[in-house]
Formats: sequence, C-alpha cells, structure tokens
Amino acid sequence: MKIRTIKELLDARLIAGEDFLDNEVLYACGSDLMSDVLAFVKEQTVLLTGLNNPQVIRTAEMLDVSAIVFVRGKTPSPEIIQMALERDIVLLSTDHTLFEACGKLYEGGLRGR
Amino acid sequence: MTESANNEDLVMVQTYEIEAGNFTLAGEAASNIKKLLRQLGIDAKIVRKVSIAAYEAELNMVIHSLGGIMRLEITPKEIVLKARDDGPGIEDIELAMQEGYSTATELARELGFGAGMGLPNIKRCSDKLHLQSKLGQGTYLEARFFL
Ligand SMILES: Nc1ncnc2c1ncn2[C@@H]1O[C@H](COP(=O)(O)OP(=O)(O)OP(=O)(O)O)[C@@H](O)[C@H]1O
Ligand SMILES: [Mg+2]
Repeated sequence: MKIRTIKELLDARLIAGEDFLDNEVLYACGSDLMSDVLAFVKEQTVLLTGLNNPQVIRTAEMLDVSAIVFVRGKTPSPEIIQMALERDIVLLSTDHTLFEACGKLYEGGLRGR
Repeated sequence: MTESANNEDLVMVQTYEIEAGNFTLAGEAASNIKKLLRQLGIDAKIVRKVSIAAYEAELNMVIHSLGGIMRLEITPKEIVLKARDDGPGIEDIELAMQEGYSTATELARELGFGAGMGLPNIKRCSDKLHLQSKLGQGTYLEARFFL
C-alpha cells in the first residue's frame, strides 16, 4: 500500500516526508512498546504509535521503517521532525486512536506480517 | 575470552562512548554504525541486523549501566560488535537472556523500553553472541555477524 493511501485512510496530516508519499509499505505494526517493535518489525513497515519521543525515530531508523503514524492527534516536536527529515522517514498524525487506526488499515487490506 | 580479529584482516575499527542515562543521545552510536556500514556497501540485511543489535546494546548501556564503550570491528569475513561497560554488572546472565526479564527503570518504560526483549533480540540478530558479566565490575558483550 502506498503511504499516500495510508494518509487518506486515516485522514492523517503530513508532518514530514512529502517526497516519499508514493513509496510502498508491505506491513503495519501498532505498538507503544519499542522493545517489541525492535524484535518483530520487518522492513517497509508503517509503525503506528501513541509514543512521541526521539527513540521512536531511532527505532524506525534501525528497522528501515518507512513511515510513522502518531495516533490521537499527537504532534512531534521540531527536534523529532528534524530527525525524521534527516532519515527520509515519513511522519503522519491522525486523530484516530491506535485501535481505530490499525482497524482502518486492516480494512484497507494491510496486514501485520 | 576476547577473540580479537586478526590484525592483518582488520579493515576498520570505530569506537563510540556511551553515556549512562542519556536518553536524548541514546541511539546515536547505532545510527553512526548504520551509516558507516551503508557507506561501505555492506548487504542491507546485514546492516539491519547489526544496527538493531547495536541499538539494543547501546540502550542497555544507557538504561542499565554506568556507561561504557562500544567498538565496531570490520574484517573481510565478519563484523564484530563489542560493548564494554563499567558496571554494575548482571547477576544472573541466564535469567537476563530470557524474554520478559527486565529490571528497567520507570523512565525507560515510559519511553517504550524495558520489556526484557533486548538481549534475546541481539542473540537472534547475530551469528554468535558472547556475554560475560561480573557484579560490581561490568558487562562485556560481543556479537559477531558473518559476511
Ligand atoms: N549492560 C548491562 N548492565 C547491567 N545490566 C544489564 C545490562 N544489559 C542488560 N542488563 C540486565 O539484563 C536485563 C535484560 O536485558 P534486555 O535487554 O533483554 O531487556 P531490557 O533492557 O530490560 O528491556 P528491553 O531491551 O526490552 O527494552 C535488564 O533488565 C538488566 O537487568
Ligand atoms: Mg534492553
């Protein structure tokens, strides 16, 4: 699924990474536990999370995660946005909860593995 | 127990200082390692495995240790990641290697860590893992990735 489609399905705001909206992601993962994310997530994944700290970007970087969706309207700090820009990671923000956002992407055809 | 790479084979060595308790900087070493391996044209799958292991090891030093040094050695045959810290050491290594065992602080948990998944994840990512520790002295972790 294109990141652009994820943005549309989640009525999300684009925060960073406009140039990469047409990149494809193959899987999705919703979690607030970066430990779990580090142990299970594959590359070309979109990560949905309620966490909002620099370690989310670090985690995404190590895993080659292409996009991060911050749920429940969370907006990352300028410092976090800068980190994502430097790493070519797309940042989106949606007002939906983690559960609802994951549900919408699943309905749209995206799977966890 | 430190198996050092044969000096003649050593293509590159990098060291990184890891500061205890600094969650803003945590991941900077792993990030630099990832960039370096990419620049060297190492296979993306291996880069990913080394980066994940380096990040987990770095986080462990930030969260659980008094700080230390991470060292990356690259030879034509393998990449070796060495993390040595100044204490406090691990009491029971077998227990620490089990998924779910964690003594992480509340602050680490708030940031999304402390599930007791890090060491098992390093083991999964690497081809060979050596971990030794002594209470009151420190911990030494050595992970090898075959090229
Ligand atoms: N460098 C270290 N110094 C002292 N203790 C350590 C060190 N690394 C790991 N430990 C101990 O081993 C336990 C398990 O480590 P592990 O990395 O598997 O999990 P964690 O760091 O607690 O959580 P997670 O890695 O999932 O965020 C830690 O909780 C800690 O008690
Ligand atoms: Mg850990």
